[in-house]
Amino acid sequence: MASPYSKEQLLTMYRKMYLIRRFEERAGQQYTLGKIAGFCHLYIGQEAVAVGPNEALRPDDYMLSAYRDHGQPLARGSDAGMVMAELFGRGTGYSKGKGGSMHIFDIEHHFYGGYGIVGGQIPLAAGMAFASRYRNEDRVTLCYFGDAAANQGSFHETFNMASKWKLPVIYICENNRYGMGTAIARTSAVPEIYKRASAYGMRGEPVDGMDCLAMYEAVKDAAAYCRAGKGPVLLEANTYRFRGHSMADPATYRSKQEVEDERKNDPIPKLRDHALKNKLAVDADFEAIDEEVKAQVDAAVKFADESPEPSVEELWRDTIVEEGEQDVRPRERVLGVKVTNWPKYPSGQELKVTWDLEPREQAEQADKKAGLSR
Amino acid sequence: MTMPELMYREALNQALAEEMERDANVFLIGEEVGRYNGAFKVSQGLLDKFGSARIIDAPISELGFTGMSVGAAMVGLRPVVEMMTWNFAILAMDQIVNNAAKLRHMSGGQLRCPIVFRGPGGAGGRLSSQHSQALEANYAHFPGLKVIAPATPADAKGMLKAAIRDENPVIMFEGERLYALKGEVPEGEHVVPLGKADVKREGTDVTIITWSRMYYFCMEAAEQLAKEGISAEVLDLRTLRPLDEEAILASVRKTNRVVIVEEGWALAGVGASVVDIIQSKAFDDLDAPVHRVTGLDVNMSYAANLENATQPDAPKIIDAVKKVLYREGA
Ligand SMILES: Cc1ncc(C[n+]2csc(CCOP(=O)(O)OP(=O)(O)O)c2C)c(N)n1
Repeated sequence: MASPYSKEQLLTMYRKMYLIRRFEERAGQQYTLGKIAGFCHLYIGQEAVAVGPNEALRPDDYMLSAYRDHGQPLARGSDAGMVMAELFGRGTGYSKGKGGSMHIFDIEHHFYGGYGIVGGQIPLAAGMAFASRYRNEDRVTLCYFGDAAANQGSFHETFNMASKWKLPVIYICENNRYGMGTAIARTSAVPEIYKRASAYGMRGEPVDGMDCLAMYEAVKDAAAYCRAGKGPVLLEANTYRFRGHSMADPATYRSKQEVEDERKNDPIPKLRDHALKNKLAVDADFEAIDEEVKAQVDAAVKFADESPEPSVEELWRDTIVEEGEQDVRPRERVLGVKVTNWPKYPSGQELKVTWDLEPREQAEQADKKAGLSR
Repeated sequence: MTMPELMYREALNQALAEEMERDANVFLIGEEVGRYNGAFKVSQGLLDKFGSARIIDAPISELGFTGMSVGAAMVGLRPVVEMMTWNFAILAMDQIVNNAAKLRHMSGGQLRCPIVFRGPGGAGGRLSSQHSQALEANYAHFPGLKVIAPATPADAKGMLKAAIRDENPVIMFEGERLYALKGEVPEGEHVVPLGKADVKREGTDVTIITWSRMYYFCMEAAEQLAKEGISAEVLDLRTLRPLDEEAILASVRKTNRVVIVEEGWALAGVGASVVDIIQSKAFDDLDAPVHRVTGLDVNMSYAANLENATQPDAPKIIDAVKKVLYREGA
């Protein structure tokens, strides 16, 4: 069967996965050189989970993630140099060097952050989706979390509300099989995370997280479901991280054989093979992209390295919003690029709040009228 | 002109209704806020007025609905989150301190989080350890939050309105035992700025610094002291973060003697920071060491006599005032 994708689509996805891969390799290298400090959680192996879904969404859909958060903003279109500068703790980073590796925020691209408390971002995503319903927007929120986060109370509390209130939020559990050094099966009564959705009357499905196109299709479908007002979706992306939990982790808790086997599933060559087999691209296309991306990542490292540290006065900024203070637009501040799609906050007067929080109740009343019982 | 007398809870209700009418981004969420009209009836009648899309009955999931509201604030809504009491908000503390308080900082100034977390705090009522504690010091500890604790119905209304309009996360401690208390409340646009303390009673011999319910014990003590010829000034802090240093120092410079009254525990309490401000910036103005009256360093008991012994009251405050005036045992 012929590929349903265009050449442009496939090359875009490939380019982004390859960018994340090269970026992360360089980040790891810079960490060992002491340029990056703190925790640095690499995404190598999981690229398909960031890139497929992003291509299935609109640019104005919201996205947020945990602390393994370099890949998603790069997939969204964030500036690689500014992400690297954030890892370096420089004033030109997205968060002016105040967030570091675990807290990339790029609101211009609707990336609402990386969060360091396991599971802490799960309710935030539901709240953003709640806001979309409150304003009658057809925007979807996509939230990433790890398999271990599914054992947090935040997961269960939020899923109950998100399902009850039919919030347009897609949760992607990136099941890379380990929470730090502990295999998920050792700590979870139900290690198939997608099954837990059924406890909340909500749609849950497993997806091949090593296949960018499978991720694309799953999220395209889920987003349509959400936008139709049918409620939240949980996707469990079965994936694998080729490296340790963070740069500080040699990952001795898993066998060489296991990692080697998983590497055969690398999502990047998989997508490349799909394009080649379907004659949508030739080797030269990929070679050109590889070269461009390498140069892009070199430039990102150079930019970060040459950027100054934040000024000490920055300590006193960005904690409390002072009267009349404007929000910071990083690309405008750092690169002088005019930001056009900075989110507009609605003014109270224009807002029409019409959504009904209790669709089930209406259904129950309708049933009663019709003489049915539930 | 006489102002209408309202109960503390009615003043809050008025503030909520007025702000929700003014700005459709404002919504109220919490356990029992809708159909039940509020566990302490603060949201009485609001469901009928604003509908279930804006007065939202949440499940008993403190962390969940708190975090969800933070998410809504991140994209421009202005949630008011009612904690049934602050005792239960301990379950939500992660979302308040690790997310709401830090979003602006971690995003390098990209995000703002205009949200109010409010509900009853404070001890008393024979409720034993888990339901009877003053927890404001916990939140006053965190940069990125504003913490307020109004004592009077007028301040309750004015400060809630200011909190809802504030661009930052605001923690509002209401007095669980103040809800039925009456006082004059200005109608309509009455906004009390956050961060400003209030001299509620002028005096010359000693400053009593306090907030929330303890204010009433302090006033009681001041009245009795007046009968003995001691003139006490009562400074109601109202906002615990940021502290109004100017007002504290001005009063200290005037009276030269200070008693701080705090319902919560002494160790790492808000009063400890007030002492620090005074000794580092007005040491030379002091005629006596600052004295603190606080809750005893124990968990709250159910037994009536033990509960009473645990909390500050007017006689304890009077004792402390006499100590700083070197009149003890007089
Ligand atoms: C509340 C909390 N507990 C513990 C930690 C320490 N910690 C950081 S990452 C992690 C493992 C999480 O694994 P998972 O959610 O599966 O995500 P992954 O790292 O696999 O992407 C732990 C225990 C934390 N950051 N937050």
